[in-house]
Amino acid sequence: MSGNYFSGLFKGVKSLLVGMGETWKELWTKKVTAEYPENRKTTLFVSDRWRATLTMPHDENNEHACTSCKVCETNCPNGTIQVIQKVIETEEGKKKKVLDRYLYDLGMCTFCNLCVLTCPSDAIVFSKDFENATFTRDRLKEQLNKEGSKLREKKKEVKPEAEKSAPEAE
Amino acid sequence: MNYSQPLELSHVTAWLDEVLRGAMPEFWALLIEYVLIGVVLLTLYAVLALILIYAERKITAFFQSRLGPNRVGKWGIVQSVADMVKILIKEIIYVKKVDKVLFYVAPFFMIVASMLTFGAIPFGQGLQVVDFNIGVFYVLAVSSLGIIGVLLAGWSSNNKYSMVGAMRSGAQFVSYELSAGLALMTMVVLSGTMQLSEIVESQRYCWNLFNGHISAVIAFVIYLISGHAETNRGPFDLPEAESELIAGYHTEYSGLQFGFFYLAEYLNMFIIAAIATTVFLGGWMPIQVKGWDTFNQIMWYIPSYLWFFAKAAVLVFISLWVRWSFPRLRIDQLLNLEWKYLLPINLVNIFVMVLLVLSGLTLTGLFPNVFGN
Repeated sequence: MSGNYFSGLFKGVKSLLVGMGETWKELWTKKVTAEYPENRKTTLFVSDRWRATLTMPHDENNEHACTSCKVCETNCPNGTIQVIQKVIETEEGKKKKVLDRYLYDLGMCTFCNLCVLTCPSDAIVFSKDFENATFTRDRLKEQLNKEGSKLREKKKEVKPEAEKSAPEAE
Repeated sequence: MNYSQPLELSHVTAWLDEVLRGAMPEFWALLIEYVLIGVVLLTLYAVLALILIYAERKITAFFQSRLGPNRVGKWGIVQSVADMVKILIKEIIYVKKVDKVLFYVAPFFMIVASMLTFGAIPFGQGLQVVDFNIGVFYVLAVSSLGIIGVLLAGWSSNNKYSMVGAMRSGAQFVSYELSAGLALMTMVVLSGTMQLSEIVESQRYCWNLFNGHISAVIAFVIYLISGHAETNRGPFDLPEAESELIAGYHTEYSGLQFGFFYLAEYLNMFIIAAIATTVFLGGWMPIQVKGWDTFNQIMWYIPSYLWFFAKAAVLVFISLWVRWSFPRLRIDQLLNLEWKYLLPINLVNIFVMVLLVLSGLTLTGLFPNVFGN
């Protein structure tokens, strides 16, 4: 009984000291706080899996990969995406439907990634630019294809382009 | 041996006293001095609280590998000033079903208790408002008044969380007050006096902590533990255990009234550190070695109040360290610790101390040439 009392006492004191040793080490560890607005250009880390806003990558010729097939629009569970087509006449005189406006409403998006997953030509990806706050709801509605952009012609070189964009879409 | 002390604040107070007494009758001079002392003490109280809150938040953050406040001013240094302004302009919410008088009086009990203790603490050479010949006893008695504020707050809030918190606080305080008192009594046995100024003076060449070696170290640890418990801070923060009781006894308080409790909590932490400094660590006395006159002179160039605050700061840091190391105790563990461990050890310890002093086995008794006054 008395043996338990004293051994318990010393064990307790020892374990308390071990605990304080641990916190002492913690006191000198590197601090993990990210000072956000200051570090946005330097050490800011956003996970690769983060889906912030839908974007349509354009290459240097202002061309995108969207064939306006409307798969994304059909798959979107809450009508965030609206693909508006227009009919143009090709050089051979054929009539062809191409993308006119790709409308995306950020305010309605649940970031489920279904559009990116189902896109047959990898034309859209989710970017990591998370600073999307606006003052009015209307500002959340955006057009993803740039003014005057057109569909990239199918070539053999498209392959590496598709591979490059694929991991981003994951 | 008289050392030069150019930065000592007692020069200022002595000069002021001389000027006032020269310019007007003694009654008015004293009156002005009393008012000045009151104002200075209140200011010190508020400023210390701000510094403590800032230090606590910063050190807490470091213990959790965060940066802590870093937006208001450089390193967030005026954060607590901003918080103070916020709490001053906040609305005091008048709760309908409280016991009006007691509810509004309770915060003042807390503040007054710690203010009264403040008056007896020797902050530096000649910087002590009242030097009672029963200083230790007075400090103990007055600092225990704060518990009345806690109990009143819990009772009058008409809220079961407050009530449970206050009752826990009562049980805790009554228990740990015993240990704190006995630990200080151990040191009184060693010093042979209760007067704080004499206790400080007697530690000129050897702090009480070393003078009473084994016994004093045990008393020191026990005093820190029980002092920590008396301030209701983690791991002894059952009275305001936020995961169980929202905020415990001050659940219903808001604005400045809550600010009073908050202030008193931090100041109590400082007061415990200050008493421990005075009784165990030589108070405001600079580190002195007998015979090393040059060394002693250099130490005296650092003013005594800085010595006091530095020693107190170390103890406050230890208090924070403990707070962020250990989980909260359960009420039965809390009472076990006091009644089964601290109190019996304390009683044996005070007996050992009496034996040490009587048989001259203290350091000053063994080596009077090195440590004796």
